[in-house]
Amino acid sequence: MSADTLATARPAVELEGITKRFPGVVANHDIRIVVEPGTVHAIVGENGAGKSTLMKILYGMQKPDEGTIKVNGEEVSFRSPSDAIAVGIGMVHQHFMLADNLTVLENIVLGAEPTRAGLLDTGRARARIAELAEAHGLRVDPDRLVEDLGVGDRQRVEILKVLYRGARILILDEPTAVLVPQEVEELFQNLRELKAEGLTVIFISHKLDEVLGIADAITVIRRGTTVAAMPRAEVTSARQLAELMVGSELPTPETRESTVTDRLAFRVAHLTVEADGHHPAPKGVPVEEYAAQLRADGTRLLLDDVSFDIHQGEILGIAGVEGNGQSELIEAIMGIRAAHGAIALGEQDMSSWPTLRRREAGIGYIPEDRHRQGLLLEASLWENRVLGHQTRKPARKGIWIDRRAAREDTERIVKDYDVRTPGVETLALALSGGNQQKLIVGREMSGEPRFLIAAHPTRGVDVGAQAAIWDHLRDARAAGLAVLLISADLDELIGLSDTIRVIYRGRLVASLDPSDITPERLGGYMTGAIAGNEES
Amino acid sequence: MPAGLNRALLTVAGVVIAIVLAIAISSVAITAAGASPLDAFAAFFDFGDSERAQSNGIAAFLNRAVPLFIAGLAVSVGFRMNLFNIGVEGQYRLAAIVAAYVGSTFTAPAPIQIAVIIIVAAATGGLYALIPAVMKVTRGVNEVIATIMLNYIALSLTAYLVRGPFAGERAAGQLTTTTPKLPESAMFPNLNFIFDWFGLVAPTRGGGLQGFLLVAIVLGVIVWIVLERTRFGFDVKASGLNGPAALASGVNPKKMIIAAMVMSGGIAGLIGLPEILGDKGAFNSNFTAGLGFLGIAVALLGRNKPVGIAFAALLFAFLDRAQGSLQFAGVPSSVVTIIQAVIVLLVVIANEVTNRLALRIEERRAAQQLGRDNDPVEVTA
Repeated sequence: MSADTLATARPAVELEGITKRFPGVVANHDIRIVVEPGTVHAIVGENGAGKSTLMKILYGMQKPDEGTIKVNGEEVSFRSPSDAIAVGIGMVHQHFMLADNLTVLENIVLGAEPTRAGLLDTGRARARIAELAEAHGLRVDPDRLVEDLGVGDRQRVEILKVLYRGARILILDEPTAVLVPQEVEELFQNLRELKAEGLTVIFISHKLDEVLGIADAITVIRRGTTVAAMPRAEVTSARQLAELMVGSELPTPETRESTVTDRLAFRVAHLTVEADGHHPAPKGVPVEEYAAQLRADGTRLLLDDVSFDIHQGEILGIAGVEGNGQSELIEAIMGIRAAHGAIALGEQDMSSWPTLRRREAGIGYIPEDRHRQGLLLEASLWENRVLGHQTRKPARKGIWIDRRAAREDTERIVKDYDVRTPGVETLALALSGGNQQKLIVGREMSGEPRFLIAAHPTRGVDVGAQAAIWDHLRDARAAGLAVLLISADLDELIGLSDTIRVIYRGRLVASLDPSDITPERLGGYMTGAIAGNEES
Repeated sequence: MPAGLNRALLTVAGVVIAIVLAIAISSVAITAAGASPLDAFAAFFDFGDSERAQSNGIAAFLNRAVPLFIAGLAVSVGFRMNLFNIGVEGQYRLAAIVAAYVGSTFTAPAPIQIAVIIIVAAATGGLYALIPAVMKVTRGVNEVIATIMLNYIALSLTAYLVRGPFAGERAAGQLTTTTPKLPESAMFPNLNFIFDWFGLVAPTRGGGLQGFLLVAIVLGVIVWIVLERTRFGFDVKASGLNGPAALASGVNPKKMIIAAMVMSGGIAGLIGLPEILGDKGAFNSNFTAGLGFLGIAVALLGRNKPVGIAFAALLFAFLDRAQGSLQFAGVPSSVVTIIQAVIVLLVVIANEVTNRLALRIEERRAAQQLGRDNDPVEVTA
C-alpha cells in the first residue's frame, strides 16, 4: 500500500501497522491508512470498531504500542496533543470542548492567545479570526457568547479553533452525530471549501450516506483493523460499505420459527422523559396529555410518549441512530432515571419501584456499556456474578454474601457460557471483551428473568462470542423470555427480532416486520428520511 | 501462586520499599537540620533507661496507636466508597465531650456505664456525620467542603461546651477547663497485667496500658466482617469501584452515602474514648487534637483495610512516641512529622504503582493461561 504512494505527492498522513492494546482487549490491530493531501478521507466502522482509539493515537492522546505515524512524509511520535498540533493536526471532537460562558473569540484563542505587553491582543485575534472565517466560509459572530449558539455554530467555532492553531489536517470525529440535515449540508459545504484551500480532512463516521456524499477516499475499519481502503469512485453503494463494516462472513442471526405467545410479559405505556430534569406531572392529568402539553410548550423530550408491549417468547427490536432516546428508555425501565408513564412486568405495575426491586422481580439487564454499567473491572469474576444479585440466591445468605455458592455458580456460568478464563478468582479486567460479555449474559440469564433488556449485546465482541450470545438469546426466547433488543447492528436487529420499532428523537415512529425489511429501508426510518407509519 | 496472595505480596513489597525510601529521605532532612541520622534512628528505639521508663514508653506507644487505629478505620469506611470524610476530626471531638458529659451525669454498674458512654459517643459522631451526608444526597453538597466547615463548627462548639454548659468544677490552680469528672464505674480497666506476663514493671503514666485496646481490636474485626463478608459491604465495594454499575445493579447510592457516612462518623465518635475512659476521666480543654486528620494518613497508609490500618497506626504511634527521646538526642522532634509525611506520600505512590503492576500481571497471567486467543483473528485487508 505504501509503495505506490511514492509516485504521487507525499501523503498527508500515513499510518503503518498501528496496534494498541488495552487491558483485556486489542483496540487497534495493524491499522494501515494513507490519506492524500487536499482530500476528505472518511474512516468508517461500527461503534466499537476502534475508530476513536485510532483518532486518539493520531492526535497524540494515546501512544500506539506498535507501528509508525508519518505526517507529510516525516515520521513523528506524539507525546501529547500539543505535539500533534505542532505538526498541523487539529481535532474537532464529537462532544464540543467549549467554554459556554466565554465569547466565540475567547474560545477560539483560548490557550493560544495573542498578547501585547502581556495583555490579550483582541484586535489581532479578531483580525485573524475574520480572515480565517472569510477564507473558509465559516461565518461566526466573534462577540457572541457560546452558550447562545446553536449546535451548528458551535461546531464552526470548534473548526475555527483548530484552524486558528494552524492546523492543515483536520480530524472530525462523528461531526454529524449532533446535527440536523440542513446543518449537515452546511458542514459539508464548509469541508469542501477547506479542501479547496488545500487542507486535508479526516472524517470519522458510521453514517454511510453522508460518507458517500463527502468523502474522496474511504477506509473501512472492522474489529480494530483496517479491512478495506478505496477511492470514493470505486464504491457503488452504501450496502457495499455496510457489508465491509459488518463483515459479510458473519453468521446471520436468524431466528427460526416464531415463539411469540399471547401472554403479555412486559408493558410500557406513555413513557415520557423531559430533557431538563424530571418534574412531577400535575395530579389528575393523564401522562399523554401532560406529554402533549410539554410538547406544546416546546420542552425537549428525551422520550416522548413511548408505549409498547412485549409478549413471552418475543424479541422486540428497537432500531435507531444512537442518541435518539435509547439510553433513556433503558434507564427509565431500570428505574435509574425518573420518568412519567407506566411500566408493568406481567400484571404488576412497577413504575414506582426502585431498581433493586425491579431486578428482583425478574428484569435482566445487559447494559450497552459493559465497563461502565456491567462490571466491576477490579473485582473477581465471582464478585461480578454477585453484582445485581446481591439480594438473591445463590449469592445471598441472610445478611451475608454466600461466597462459596457464588463461586460455584460462577463456575457454572464459565462452563455453560464458555467464558475463557483461568478461574473465577481472576479479575474481570483480565478477560477479553467477548468473554466479559458472555459472563454478563450468563449472569443476567441466571436470575431466571422474565424480561431481559439486551442493549448492544454483541458490541465489540469477537465473531465466536457473537454467535454464542445470539444462540443464548434465541434459546431464552424459545423458553418464553421476553426481550427488548437495542442494537446498532441492523442485521442483528432484523435477524433476531420478532417485531422492530424505530425510535427517532425520543418517539417510536414506525413498527416494522423484520421479515420484509431491508437494512436500507430501516436506515431510512431511523434517520427520519422515511416518515413513520405510526400516528404522532 | 494464587492471584490474591500475589497481590498481597506486591502490596507489602511496595510498602517496605516506601518506608526504606522514607528513611533515606528523612536522613537527608535530619542531616540538613544539623543532627545525625544515626542518633535520630537510635532514639526511635530508645524507650528509656529505667525499667519503669521502658514500660511507660511501650504503654505510651500502644495507647497512641489505639485512637489512630480507630481514626483510620473511620476514615477508611468513607474512602471505600470514594467519600472523603474529612470531618472525623470534628466528629470525634464533639462525640468525646458529649459522651464525657452524659457519662458524668449518672452512676451505674461499670459495664452499663461504659456501654452507655460508648453508645452515646458513637451516636453523636454518627449524627454529626449525618449532616454532610444529608446535604450531599439532597442538595449535592460536596462532602469534603461540608465536613471541613463542620469541623470548625464542632471545634468552636466543644470549646464553648467545655467552658459553658458542660463545664465541671475547676480545681484551684488548674488552667484547663474540664467536664465533670466521670464516676469510678466509667473508668475502663487497664491491661497492665500483660506487663506482668513478660516480667516487666507495670507502666504508671497515662493510666497504664489502656483497656480500650480490646475494644479497638473487636471494632477492627467487626469492620472487617461488615466490609468483606456482608451484602452491605459488597454494596460499599461496588459503589466504590464503579458507581454507575452499582446503580444499575440496584444499589441505592443515596442510602449508601448515608449509611457509609454515619458508620464512619459512628466509629469516629469512639476515637476520644480511650483517653477519657482510660486516663483523664473527663474531657478537658487540653484534649488530644488532630487525631482525625492523622486518621486520613493512617487510612491511606493502611490501604483502607483493617489489618493494614492496624500496622499503619502502630507505625505512626511508634514514630510519635519518639518525640521525647529525639529531643534528648539533640534531634528536632519535628523530624517525626517529616518522616510521617514522607511515608504517606511514598506509600500513596507505591500503592498506585503496585496496583497497576498487579493488574498488569493478572492480565498477562490470564492471557498466558488462555493462549493467544484474546487477539482478533481475522485480518483481511
